[in-house]
Amino acid sequence: MSYLPKPKIHHPQLPKNTLGLTRRDYEGSLSTLCAGCGHDSVSAALIQACFELDLPPHRVGKLSGIGCSSKTPTYFLGPAHGFNSVHGRMPSIASGAAAANRDLVYIGVSGDGDTASIGLGQFIHAIRRGVNMLYLVENNGTYGLTKGQFSATADVGSKSKAGKANPYTPIDLVQLALQMGAGFVARSFSGDKEQLVPLLKAAIAYPGFAFIDVISPCVTFNNHEASTKSYSHIRRHDRPVMAADFVPLAQEITAAYAPGDRHTVTLHDGSMLHLKKLAEDYDPYDRIGAMNYLQRHQADGSVLTGLLYLDAEPTEMHAMLGTDAAALNSLPHASLCPGAAQLDAINAALR
Amino acid sequence: MSRLAKVNEFVLRFANVNGTGSASANGLVARALFRMGLPVGPKNIFPSNIQGLPTWFEIRVSEAGYTGRRGTVDLMVAMNGQTFAQDVRSVEPGGYLLYDSSKPLAPELRRPDINFLGVPLTELVTRQFANPRQRLLFKNIAYVGVLSALLDIEPEVVEQLLREQFQGKEKLIPPNMQAFELGRAAALERFACPLPMHAQRRDAVGDRILMDGNSAAGLGCVYAGATVAAWYPITPSTSLVDAFSAYCEDYRVNPDGSKRYAILQAEDELAAIGMVVGAAWNGARSFTATSGPGVSLMTEFLGLAYYAEIPVVLFDIQRCGPSTGMPTRTQQSDLLSSAYASHGDTKHVLLFPASPKECFDMAVQAFDLAERLQTPVLVMSDLDLGMNDWLSEPLTWDDSYRPDRGKVLTAQQLEDGFQFYRYLDVDGDAIPYRTLPGTHPSKGAFFTRGSGHDRLGAYTEDGDKYRDNVDRLRRKFDTAATLVPDAATLRDHGNSAGIIYIGTTAEVIPEALDALTAQGLDVDALRVRAFPFTQRVYDFIAAHDTVFVVDQNRDGQLRAMLLIEGNLDPARLVSVLSYDGMPVTADLLVHSISTHLEPVRALAMGASA
Ligand SMILES: Cc1ncc(C[n+]2csc(CCOP(=O)(O)OP(=O)(O)O)c2C)c(N)n1
Ligand code: SF4
Repeated sequence: MSYLPKPKIHHPQLPKNTLGLTRRDYEGSLSTLCAGCGHDSVSAALIQACFELDLPPHRVGKLSGIGCSSKTPTYFLGPAHGFNSVHGRMPSIASGAAAANRDLVYIGVSGDGDTASIGLGQFIHAIRRGVNMLYLVENNGTYGLTKGQFSATADVGSKSKAGKANPYTPIDLVQLALQMGAGFVARSFSGDKEQLVPLLKAAIAYPGFAFIDVISPCVTFNNHEASTKSYSHIRRHDRPVMAADFVPLAQEITAAYAPGDRHTVTLHDGSMLHLKKLAEDYDPYDRIGAMNYLQRHQADGSVLTGLLYLDAEPTEMHAMLGTDAAALNSLPHASLCPGAAQLDAINAALR
Repeated sequence: MSRLAKVNEFVLRFANVNGTGSASANGLVARALFRMGLPVGPKNIFPSNIQGLPTWFEIRVSEAGYTGRRGTVDLMVAMNGQTFAQDVRSVEPGGYLLYDSSKPLAPELRRPDINFLGVPLTELVTRQFANPRQRLLFKNIAYVGVLSALLDIEPEVVEQLLREQFQGKEKLIPPNMQAFELGRAAALERFACPLPMHAQRRDAVGDRILMDGNSAAGLGCVYAGATVAAWYPITPSTSLVDAFSAYCEDYRVNPDGSKRYAILQAEDELAAIGMVVGAAWNGARSFTATSGPGVSLMTEFLGLAYYAEIPVVLFDIQRCGPSTGMPTRTQQSDLLSSAYASHGDTKHVLLFPASPKECFDMAVQAFDLAERLQTPVLVMSDLDLGMNDWLSEPLTWDDSYRPDRGKVLTAQQLEDGFQFYRYLDVDGDAIPYRTLPGTHPSKGAFFTRGSGHDRLGAYTEDGDKYRDNVDRLRRKFDTAATLVPDAATLRDHGNSAGIIYIGTTAEVIPEALDALTAQGLDVDALRVRAFPFTQRVYDFIAAHDTVFVVDQNRDGQLRAMLLIEGNLDPARLVSVLSYDGMPVTADLLVHSISTHLEPVRALAMGASA
C-alpha cells in the first residue's frame, strides 16, 4: 500500500525481540530522499530503537508535518498508522490523537522549517499541553523540500549553498523546549547512532513530552564547509554532555551497566534510565542551569549533545485534563449519552 | 392622545447600557410572558464591548406565533440617556415610552403622538438600597415591576422565576422581590393599569421550550457521544463549547472525578481543527465550534480532511464579517467560504438548523454523516439562533439510537480476510473503508496523507489515478445528497412563485406568507436544510416560474450555490437580501417580494381584462 514497498525476504537467522519480531518488521518503505540525507539515518535509528523497545509496531501512531523530514514516517514502522498532515501542524494532530486514545505511542517527526517557522506556535503549545509523545526534529538548518532556503534554525552568518550569509539569529529549539517546560530534552546527531538510539528509546518510553533535536545534514543543499549543520561541522563541534540508556521494566538489569559515574532514574512504570555524565560540570536535572550552560557553549560554536534535561515526574496532558483512565475512543456510547429521561428533565427546566 | 390597544401582539424594546446587568432583567420579562403561555421572540442586540456602550433587547410577543423581528416598537423601556432621542423616535405612533423620571425630561425629547410614562426609578431604588452596584441592578428589576403592572404580567410568575434564578443564592431573593414590588407599586399608583396594550394568559406555547441554539447544539454533541472538543474562543460560538462543557460536567464525570470527555482550548483555530482531525482519525467523535474568521483559518485542514477522508464536525456560528466585522451582529455570509472551503476541488456537507431543536438534532446528524461519509460536516448556525432564546419544539431522544460509526473495520473483520484498501469503492457508494490506528498487528495500517494517492492508498503522482480519486469524491457527494436531511416544504399550493430560504430566516416566513396572502399574493415556500441540495430543492425550483431566494448576506450566496450546483436559469432565481447585521424581518420579505410580483400581477390582470 505504500510507496516503493520493500521486497519481503525471509531471513530466519535475524535476531528477534521478545515479541518475536525482527528488525525488518519495524522497517517501512524504501526511502526516496537524496542518498546520504541525514534523515535516513534517523529513520534507521528509530527502527532500531522501536525494535529494541519491543514495541508492537501497530500500537504506534507516527505523525508528521510537511518537508523531507516529514516524509520519513513512511520509511519506518510499516505496520503503524501514519499521518503526514499539513505544514507545521503535526503537534495539533498529535494533541487530538493523544486526547482520543491515550493508549498508543506517538512519534512525531518534523523538520526545522516545519517546527521553527510555520509550526512554532503549535510546537510550544504541544509542550505546554504536555502531550505524551516523542517530538523529533530533523534539523538541517535549511528547507530541503523547497530547495535550500534558510530555515529559522540556521546560524547567523552560516552560508547557503549559493554562498549567501544568513543575517538572522537562529531559534534554538532545545532552549525553547526547556523554557516551555518539556520534561525530556535532548540533542543528537543523525550520524551518531551510538548516542541517538538510546536517546530515542528513553524518549519514546518517557511518560510525557519528550523532545529530541537531531542535527541531520541536508547533503543536497546544506552540507558545505560554511554550513553549521553539515556533517563536518558537527563532527568537529559535537560535545556530548550526558549519555543515556534506557532499560524497560521487563528487562533484567545486567552487569553491562558497570558502576561508575552513573545516575539511575526510575520512571513511574518502573523502567530505568541510566545516565552517564560526560561533562563533569553538567547537571541534567537543572532546567535553568541547562539553559545557561547551553547559552554559554553556544557562544564558542560547540554543539552540546546528549540528554540535556530530564524531569523524572512529568505532568502529562491527560493528568492536566483529568480524563478517564480508559481511552476516550473506547468508551461505549451508553456511558456518554445521558438518555431520554434526562432530556425530558432538561426540557422541563426550559419551560 | 391615541393609545395602542392590543392584547398579546406587541413588541417591547429595552434600551440599556452594556454591562449594567439589564440582560437578565429583560430575559426575565421574556420568560414571564412565555410562562403565561404566550409565544415570544427575544433578541439581544448588543455591541462588541464589555461595558458602557448602548445595548438593546427586543421581545416580540405574539399570540399568533410570529416570533421573528418586526422592526418597529410598541413599548420602549428607555434606560439609556445616550440613545434616548433615537429611542423616542423608534416608537410607533400611539405607542409607549417608559422612562426614568428622577430627572426632568427635556421638552425637545417629547413627541406628541406617543405616550410618555415616567417613573422615578433611580430615586426609588436609591431610597431603598444603599450599595451602588445594588442600585444599578435593582433599577432593572424595578422596571420589570413597572412593566408587570403596565402589561399585566402576572407577579406570581415573575416571583417564581426569581426564586428559580436564585436557587442556591437564597439571600438574593428578598431584595429582588422588594425591587420588583417597588416598581410595581409605583406604576399602579401613577397609571391606569394595565395599559390598553397588554398580555393575557393563553395556552399558545404548548409543550414548547425557550432555549438558545448554542446550548442545544452543545447538548446535541453530548448526546451524540462526542468526547473531544477543540476550539479557540470567538463570538458567537463560545457559548456552544461552554454548554458542552457544562452538560459534560453534569453527565460525564466519574465518581472519582475523572472525565469521560476532553476539552482542549487550542492556541488558535488552525490548531483547533488539527486536534479535531487528529482525534477523529483516531476514532473519537470530535468537533470544533467557530465563526467565519475561524473557518478561514481552518480551511487548509478542512481540505486535507476532505481529501484524506476524515470525519470532522464543525459548528460555524455565523456573524457579520469580514475579519472582526460586526462580531455581535448576525448574518448568513459564510456559505460559499464554507461549502467550498480549501484549495483544490473540495465540497463540504453543510447543515442549516432553524431552531434549537434542529441545532440539537443536527449536531447528532452531523456526527453520523461525518462518520458515514468520512468527510467534514459543517453545521451552519448563526448569532441570532446561537445566542438568542428561541421558542422551540422540545428536544427529543430515542434511547434506541446507536451512533453510525460508518465503515470502520474491526480487527476481527481484518482477521476474517476482508481485503482492506483505504480508498477503494467497495460498495458503489463511493465511500471507502477505514481502520483505526492500533487495530491489528499486521493488517489494516495505512498512511494518511494529503498528497496524491491511488485506490489502494499508495502515494502516486499519476494524473489518471488522481482524477479517479477526486471523481470518486465527487460521487461521494452524490451519496451525501441521499443521506442529508431533506428540504422541508412549508407551503405548496401550486403557486407560480415560491420562496427558498435557510436557517433562521424560517422564523419570519409564516408571517411573511400570511401578509403576502393578505395582499392577494400567495406564494409557496421551501426550507433548504442541507448542502448538497436534495432533489426536492430542484423539483421545487422547476415547479415555480419565479423563486425568491432569501439570503442574509449581500451577494446572494445561497442563490449562487443553487446556480453553481443546479445549472439553473439565473433569471428565475430572484434574490431577497438582508445584510445589515440584524435578523431579517417579515416586512423586508413582504416588501421585496410584493414589489417584484405586483407588476407581474398587474400585467396578468390587465391581460385578462
Ligand atoms: C502552508 C504551506 N506553506 C508552504 C509549503 C511549502 N513547504 C513544503 S516543505 C517546506 C519546508 C520544509 O522544511 P523543513 O521542515 O526544514 O524540512 P526539510 O525538507 O528540510 O527536511 C515548505 C516551506 C507547504 N507545503 N505548505
Ligand atoms: S533535499 Fe536535503 S533534506 Fe531533502 S532529502 Fe535531499 S538531502 Fe535530505
